[in-house]
Amino acid sequence: MSTEPIEALEAVPLITEDPDPVVAVHVESRSTASKVFARLRLLSAPAVVFAGFMGIWYLLSWRYLPTVLGRASPPEFLRSIILPYPHDVVNVAFLDATNLGDLLSGLWLDTRLSTFGLGISITIGLITAIAMSQARWIERSFYPYAVFLQTVPILALVPLIGLFLGFGFSARLIVVVIISLFPIITNTLFGLKSADQGLHDLFTLHTKSRWVRLRKLQLPNSMPAMFTGFQISAGLSVIGAIVGDFFFGRGEKGLGNLIDLYANRLRPEELWAAVFFSTALGLTVFMMFGWLRTRLTAHWHESGEPGS
Amino acid sequence: MSEANGTALDFDRVGMTYPDGTESLHVISFGLDTGEFVTVVGPSGCGKSTLLRLASGLLKETAGAVRVDRDRLGYVFQDATLLPWRTVQKNVELLAELHGQDRDARRRTAEEAIELVGLTGFERHHPKRLSGGMRMRVSLARSLTLDPSVFLFDEPFGALDEITRNRLNDEVLSLFATRGFAGLFITHNIFEAIYMSTRVLVMSARPGRIIADFDIPFGYPRADDLRFQPEFAQIGARVSEALRQAYE
Ligand SMILES: Nc1ncnc2c1ncn2[C@@H]1O[C@H](COP(=O)(O)OP(=O)(O)O)[C@@H](O)[C@H]1O
Ligand SMILES: [Mg+2]
Repeated sequence: MSTEPIEALEAVPLITEDPDPVVAVHVESRSTASKVFARLRLLSAPAVVFAGFMGIWYLLSWRYLPTVLGRASPPEFLRSIILPYPHDVVNVAFLDATNLGDLLSGLWLDTRLSTFGLGISITIGLITAIAMSQARWIERSFYPYAVFLQTVPILALVPLIGLFLGFGFSARLIVVVIISLFPIITNTLFGLKSADQGLHDLFTLHTKSRWVRLRKLQLPNSMPAMFTGFQISAGLSVIGAIVGDFFFGRGEKGLGNLIDLYANRLRPEELWAAVFFSTALGLTVFMMFGWLRTRLTAHWHESGEPGS
Repeated sequence: MSEANGTALDFDRVGMTYPDGTESLHVISFGLDTGEFVTVVGPSGCGKSTLLRLASGLLKETAGAVRVDRDRLGYVFQDATLLPWRTVQKNVELLAELHGQDRDARRRTAEEAIELVGLTGFERHHPKRLSGGMRMRVSLARSLTLDPSVFLFDEPFGALDEITRNRLNDEVLSLFATRGFAGLFITHNIFEAIYMSTRVLVMSARPGRIIADFDIPFGYPRADDLRFQPEFAQIGARVSEALRQAYE
């Protein structure tokens, strides 16, 4: 029997590169058009939801709120307190230079807090997870404390943190780290430990170095899980920053401080804007890490292609 | 039953009992020379993989002695065991890389091996986009880069369809002809065993012992129509009979 290559047999259904050039033109133009459609359809669903959400907001704020709360109270006043019109939020909070300035500098502070905090968490988290993956006893000794960090109510630590670090930036930073550290440790550790046994055997046969095994097998293997951890922690780091603002209000004002302030002074438009900004910050970092994970692992990881 | 002292690989009254008390192998003796291709068939769970893990040094025997020249050891597992984040090229380079070969040398060896298994043109693909047969070829190419003197195969093509398996069998045989290693092959397919080998060993159910030993008289190169020769069928019948006893 001849050993002529059977790639053609195997490759055709699998390999989509280098198709017949004549056909390729059609395929190419059709797929560009259908890609645009797919993109539009992808965007249209959330857009419809957004429009619906806005509609309900206007409806509530215009029609029902005054009725529900009773005709007796002046509807205009109540509406503005509880559920201002979206356009009022835009006018008061985004188009007024002073208010916008406050909000943006709050946003900037929390951006820095969550970025630094997340950076520290990633550093500590990776080192801890790698150490734990190298020896059972390290994992057994340190894991309970990681769980402790995860479960201790941050409120219970506030006096202690204040005592040691004061009530400024570094205290808030600690809050961010405490809140965002755990998912990085657990996800990375899971990734490091979940490499296929056959691959471990292969490395056992051909190298004695644990460092080589870590670098060429375990670390790359942990990437998808690691980035899932980063992504979860990125969202948590923003929550940590806002919570930190609440407890440690000395110095610069973050979005958390502004939320507190606006709530106390009955300034609902600004309050809604502050909520909007903090959510936007959380979403941005969350999506950034999701994008990064897809970029780095989708071309090889089974769990998927971008967008699927 | 022969007790040949193989120069490439020698099992001398080898026994293997796992730490949990499972006796997997019971007094196994056989030898293997360069230029020999020995295939082991047996019921599943009889200790075939254990045999190869002992030969490779991944496991240490609990009785007797295993002597193998492990300087250039090829070992193809049941799964392709590729690093999914590496391209075909980088996967094939892995072993040379672990053995400290420099970049240019290992790139050249890898390219040669890729060509030998017929994967030229797929160097930059990731395993995710390859079929099962192509992944096994990458795995084969990866072992070839070390130019093995002893080559272990653990049911490497068991998961593939018959046509792909037959083709890969031919490729392994042509490598065997050109490279001249000592081959130790595991399968549960009698006809694959006879087609590939100079010798077929039949193992009993656990704890595994060698209960039959057949010399296969056909020369190399072998071609597909060998499978339809009366002599081939006769040996097939005898191996099949021995294997049936193995289950009892
Ligand atoms: N690590 C282990 N610990 C205990 N028993 C094992 C272990 N590995 C394999 N076995 C047992 O040893 C026997 C032989 O296993 P194996 O060599 O994988 O069989 P085969 O490859 O012939 O199917 C099986 O019964 C299996 O359950
Ligand atoms: Mg097996």
